[in-house]
Amino acid sequence: MKHVISVTVENKPGVLARISSMFARRGFNIHSLTVGPTEDPRLSRMTVVVDGPEMEQIVKQLYKLVHTVKVTELDPTETVEREIMLVRVNAEAARRGELLDAANLFAAKVVDVGASTVTFEVAGEPSALNDFLELMRTYGITSLVKSGRIAMAKDLKTTTKRSRLRTA
Amino acid sequence: MAETLTGAQALIRALEHAGVDVVFGVPGGAILPAYDPILDSPIRHVLARHEQGAGHMASGYAHATGKVGVCVATSGPGATNLITPLQDAYMDSVPVVAITGQVATKAIGMDAFQEAHTWGISMPCTKHNYLVTRVDELPDVIAEAFHLAGTGRPGPVLVDIPKDILNATIPWHRPGEIDLPGYKPSVKGHPKQVKAAVELIHRSRRPVLYAGGGIIKAGASEALRHFAEQANVPVVTTLMARGAIPDSHPLALGMPGMHGNYTAITAMQRSDLLITIGARFDDRVTGDVTTFAPDAQVIHVDVDPAEIGKVREANVPIVGDARTVLEQLIETMASLLDGTEPPDREPWFSQLAAWQQEHPLTYHQDPDGPIQQQYVIEQLHRLTGGDAIIVAGVGQHQMWASQFWGFERPRTWINSGGLGTMGYAVPAAIGAKVGMPDETVFAIDGDGCFQMTSQELITAAIDGIPVKIAVMNNTSLGMVRQWQKLFYGERYSAVDLTDHTPDYVKLAEAMGCVGLRAETPAEVVPTLEKALAINDRPVVVEFKCDPEAMVFPMIPAGGSNDHVVLGPEDLT
Repeated sequence: MKHVISVTVENKPGVLARISSMFARRGFNIHSLTVGPTEDPRLSRMTVVVDGPEMEQIVKQLYKLVHTVKVTELDPTETVEREIMLVRVNAEAARRGELLDAANLFAAKVVDVGASTVTFEVAGEPSALNDFLELMRTYGITSLVKSGRIAMAKDLKTTTKRSRLRTA
Repeated sequence: MAETLTGAQALIRALEHAGVDVVFGVPGGAILPAYDPILDSPIRHVLARHEQGAGHMASGYAHATGKVGVCVATSGPGATNLITPLQDAYMDSVPVVAITGQVATKAIGMDAFQEAHTWGISMPCTKHNYLVTRVDELPDVIAEAFHLAGTGRPGPVLVDIPKDILNATIPWHRPGEIDLPGYKPSVKGHPKQVKAAVELIHRSRRPVLYAGGGIIKAGASEALRHFAEQANVPVVTTLMARGAIPDSHPLALGMPGMHGNYTAITAMQRSDLLITIGARFDDRVTGDVTTFAPDAQVIHVDVDPAEIGKVREANVPIVGDARTVLEQLIETMASLLDGTEPPDREPWFSQLAAWQQEHPLTYHQDPDGPIQQQYVIEQLHRLTGGDAIIVAGVGQHQMWASQFWGFERPRTWINSGGLGTMGYAVPAAIGAKVGMPDETVFAIDGDGCFQMTSQELITAAIDGIPVKIAVMNNTSLGMVRQWQKLFYGERYSAVDLTDHTPDYVKLAEAMGCVGLRAETPAEVVPTLEKALAINDRPVVVEFKCDPEAMVFPMIPAGGSNDHVVLGPEDLT
């Protein structure tokens, strides 16, 4: 089973190396890992998707690193998850129209057109990306790049407020 | 106006501020600037003959004193030679700060002379590490390094400093407040959990207090003893916890684990409650985890939350400092259970006593046979009244020392438990003696171990550090030989060290030490007496020991603690 964890770390040189080294040393599998700055320039946030049952140990070992400030395992039902990918698909002239129609359904943007391929950019929920890939397989995928997931817990307080507003 | 210092001067000043009185090191090109201001500092520098020696000296010093040990090395090979002691200190939670020189900032990444990626190499074997990139951060980095090494779960911290930073200048400032938002070790246990623990203990019929090295690190020995008496619970002390409670105490059961005694192993195995404090369910203690202590509930107290539940699920987890939590337990037990009686533990104590009677640690010294190492250890204990710091290498001699030395005080047993670093004893003994000059420091070393780091005897002789080293010469890598004897059909492969080379007496003399030798059991006591009488120079005593002797009891690797092998006959 895949778990999504959000790790807030001090924005210090080498912090990504520390995290990935710890995962390697403890034998934890990383499915994807993204990292970037946050609203606070002293902090970075990582979204790590991990495989495997040792969640408690993973969280504890992350906390053990001196630069780790906060670790949250995100509940998929209360989380916004996004991923972006670039996918290059075979597109002979005869099937190109059909291909573009299909892509349209997923709001896939055409970002490059070659002699016999089209490259799409798709952003959205990871499951939507996978659905699109399934569809594209029938045309033949020649190249694929995924960004890895980013995720943020939903602001449940706001949701409650809004629903209250609506009922009122 | 603030005084202007070079980075090197600021480094030494920051070490002084951290309370450092001695550093163990070897200079070299990149660290050179730091060696100049050492001349003007009250800090003593002990010149090791190899950086590994410097690292283990820092560790021995830290073990013996409870303070942070410091070692210094240059870039490249100097730093890589420190890696074994760093990993050793990491495994055994020893507070050590390592200062390494690095090539100049501009040369980093250029494959410069004596360049190694010290920061990257040392990352997985330190609690934390630094590459200093600005001279003005140097005082704060040093203060942080000492804070990290010495607090929470202690451990090694490395600070890598490029040469140009040592040569740059800054206006000196005292290190500021420690600002580590991600580092807040818990000290006090959660009161609710402490209460839950007390209730479990109070209901237990067959409790065992499983005391680990954390007790000694936290200075919790007094509290441990008090609590064990108050709760009326027998105590096992792991290899890292020997001396946490006096071995002469009626509640002390001695060492559990692979070469523990039958009672300590079996008490844990049959227990209904393991009160685990500062221990980590190491594989050398548990044997096969799936069959370990099957009926026991577990209270697990540790300052490192990651140890709790790592190997064995805890029924009552308590994150906190061993001493603080023990004091909480003592207080809670006193107030909560005022007047109520625990269940009758008489059957449990009778059972423990019966096991002790049936299966004591034994050996036989044939007066006409070769010397048995246990005999040397017992005689040394008798002659010193047990009043000495014992330092061991790794192998048979280490296990016998732990088994047969009656430890009465914490910090009198120094060994490499987690990493099992052969060659640890000589340098660690030197470090211990530097830290505790008034104590008798006696290393009990094997011949294989001794040959790995014996050059540090020169350090001891030249720097006036009168340690004593017993070389238990069984002419082989004894523990490996024991496994080949038991599990490889006596096919001895690469374990023979010969009985005549080196000549340990001459070797000791060549290195400025006194060399003594005992070849027969009758010579053991007079030779030890001679060694104990010499206090102005280091002494090496070679004992010609029985190469066939084996350490028992034994739990074969991966075996269940239900099957304690008491002698070779149990293996057939």
